[in-house]
Amino acid sequence: MKPIIDIQGIWKQYQIGGQKGRYLSIRESISQMGRQLFGGKKASFWALSDISFPVNKGECVGIIGKNGAGKSTLLKILSSITPPTKGKITMRGRVASLLEVGTGFHNELTGRENIFLNGSILGMKRTEIIHQLDEIVEFSGVSQFLDTPLKHYSSGMQLRLAFSVAAHLNPEILLIDEVLAVGDAEFQRKCLGKMDEVSKSGRTIIFISHDLGAVSQLCSRGIWLNEGQMQFDGPVDDCLQNYEHWITQHGNKHIAPQQEDLSTHSILSVQLSQNSYDMDSAIDFSMKISLAERVQHLVFGLMIRDVRGKVVGSQVIHTGRTEQKGEHDYQVRIPKHSLAPDHYTLSVSIAESSPHNVLDSVVNLITFEITSIQKGNNFSWDRSFGPIVFHQADIQKI
Amino acid sequence: MSGSNTNIEYSIKPNKPTQLGLTELWRYRELFYFFTWRDIKVKYKQTILGFLWAILQPLMMMMVFVFFFSKMMKMPTNGVPPPIFYLSGLLLWNLFSSALSGSANSMVENANIIKKVYFPRLVIPLSSVLVSLFDFLMGLIIFIGMIFYYEFSVPGFDISIPSFLGYYSIGVLLTIISACGLGSLLAALNVKYRDFRYVIPFLIQLLMFISPVIYPVSMLKGYPWLEKIASFNPLTGALMAGRMPFGSTDMDWGMMGISWASAGFIFILGLIYFRRTESYFADLA
Repeated sequence: MKPIIDIQGIWKQYQIGGQKGRYLSIRESISQMGRQLFGGKKASFWALSDISFPVNKGECVGIIGKNGAGKSTLLKILSSITPPTKGKITMRGRVASLLEVGTGFHNELTGRENIFLNGSILGMKRTEIIHQLDEIVEFSGVSQFLDTPLKHYSSGMQLRLAFSVAAHLNPEILLIDEVLAVGDAEFQRKCLGKMDEVSKSGRTIIFISHDLGAVSQLCSRGIWLNEGQMQFDGPVDDCLQNYEHWITQHGNKHIAPQQEDLSTHSILSVQLSQNSYDMDSAIDFSMKISLAERVQHLVFGLMIRDVRGKVVGSQVIHTGRTEQKGEHDYQVRIPKHSLAPDHYTLSVSIAESSPHNVLDSVVNLITFEITSIQKGNNFSWDRSFGPIVFHQADIQKI
Repeated sequence: MSGSNTNIEYSIKPNKPTQLGLTELWRYRELFYFFTWRDIKVKYKQTILGFLWAILQPLMMMMVFVFFFSKMMKMPTNGVPPPIFYLSGLLLWNLFSSALSGSANSMVENANIIKKVYFPRLVIPLSSVLVSLFDFLMGLIIFIGMIFYYEFSVPGFDISIPSFLGYYSIGVLLTIISACGLGSLLAALNVKYRDFRYVIPFLIQLLMFISPVIYPVSMLKGYPWLEKIASFNPLTGALMAGRMPFGSTDMDWGMMGISWASAGFIFILGLIYFRRTESYFADLA
């Protein structure tokens, strides 16, 4: 049987550098043309390079990789939202893509109206929506507020409504991007359960997530992308193992993509001193930032998450310093972190204190490992003990 | 979409589309309905008068025009009673200008949807035109009411409804075709170059002056170069046709032909340019 999705040598190129804002203006376009005429080259990078793989009917494929690895670009190409620069994909079935929950939701419309709008944007027919309306409403659990404008819904209610519309799509191929990153734990469980049900009913799913737990639970096959290239394609457990191993080797630094634009404040790089630390040792890292203008009372935010994305701890550091325009280097030390042995990600942000205004942040891009140390008594830490070690706990007989 | 049809096969390639993709557009016809319905709903949500605004706006504007242009400035209306002259023109002009500004801004306004879901992009600007058509039809009700009033109470005013509907639909058609074409062209350009956000209001104001909304076409006769420019404006044809059944002496079939040719050209140009650039909208929006 022919594969339901056949991806053959997909390349995708994006232009960078010349474009200052999020869109072009004619003036920039003209100056770019001039640069090209006089031998200058437009800066560009390949978001995807030579991606090829077939997907068979009924498979559930998880795509993993760091931010900027090309996962979302691949999904956008598969959804026909953006075309590839080179290559060809053959799709043999109807596709629904869920790159976001609640696409097209409008605050002024009621819950019921939004079900119809969102459903039809996602490709459902009106008759199908009418047919499934009761089920959708019941699954969402917001039936009392069905005729209330969406702007009066809590964000949790909006999310439940959005997901229940999406859950009632009936495509042969379902493309899902990180939708589980939002919502509370119970909602995430419900979503995962529904997706599991969908994949068991013989539909083909391509699923992108940072949540490696969800990927291993849901998918049978894993594909790992790194810098636009395929690093691994195979059984999901092998894929995750390879990825985690790689992350511990290479995940300890982040360097921001080169920008010509100097009009924004940005974190240029963050680098941890090591890939892994002992439970008892301090975590050190250096960072370089670039300020576009003078900033009063620079504030740093640090946040550590576990591999499932749950926040373990944070700190806000008020430097009290007023920094001038230009590049600055800092050395940061977390002396007593109390983190238990596990894999973690570090997020860093810089902000201005009054008015409070986040200038730039690097979220979940830096990973490290805390290792257990054997203290002579064959003790080793188990994950079930939790994420925090009490360093100072003491016991005295009375 | 129902799950019965399993033999769909299509490919995703970097090629730019060569056809207008009308069959695909037809498959997504329900989306026209939903986008139009959404915009109409949202437009009149939380207003007390609701749809009445679609009637009140042109009606009040007509009164202002009658007072200033007809009473104060003694602008000729070439055989048409001034309220009819101005309302017939305003309805078509409002249809054109609101359809144009709506569709030209529609892609940018719906950028969040474009970046997350695929559907034929033309649905968006064309739905904006439909929203304006809805307002127009509301206004048309009051216009027809006014025609009946003149028919019964003003001696010498004689009009046959079929001839009114016939000529007026020619005007409406011409207006819609040109609004669709120019609207899609500007919508596509607006995605790429946000300069057009500033160009559009200015363009609409400019077009108002070179369209015979507040003056009859015959006033252009004294300025040959202006008359040439005006005949390339599809609104000239639309307004001539729209006022024809009321005894307007403006009709010039030569100018009418040029208006149609120019509307057709704008329509094809707009749709082709839109289709050729639409695949990159998600990267630029």
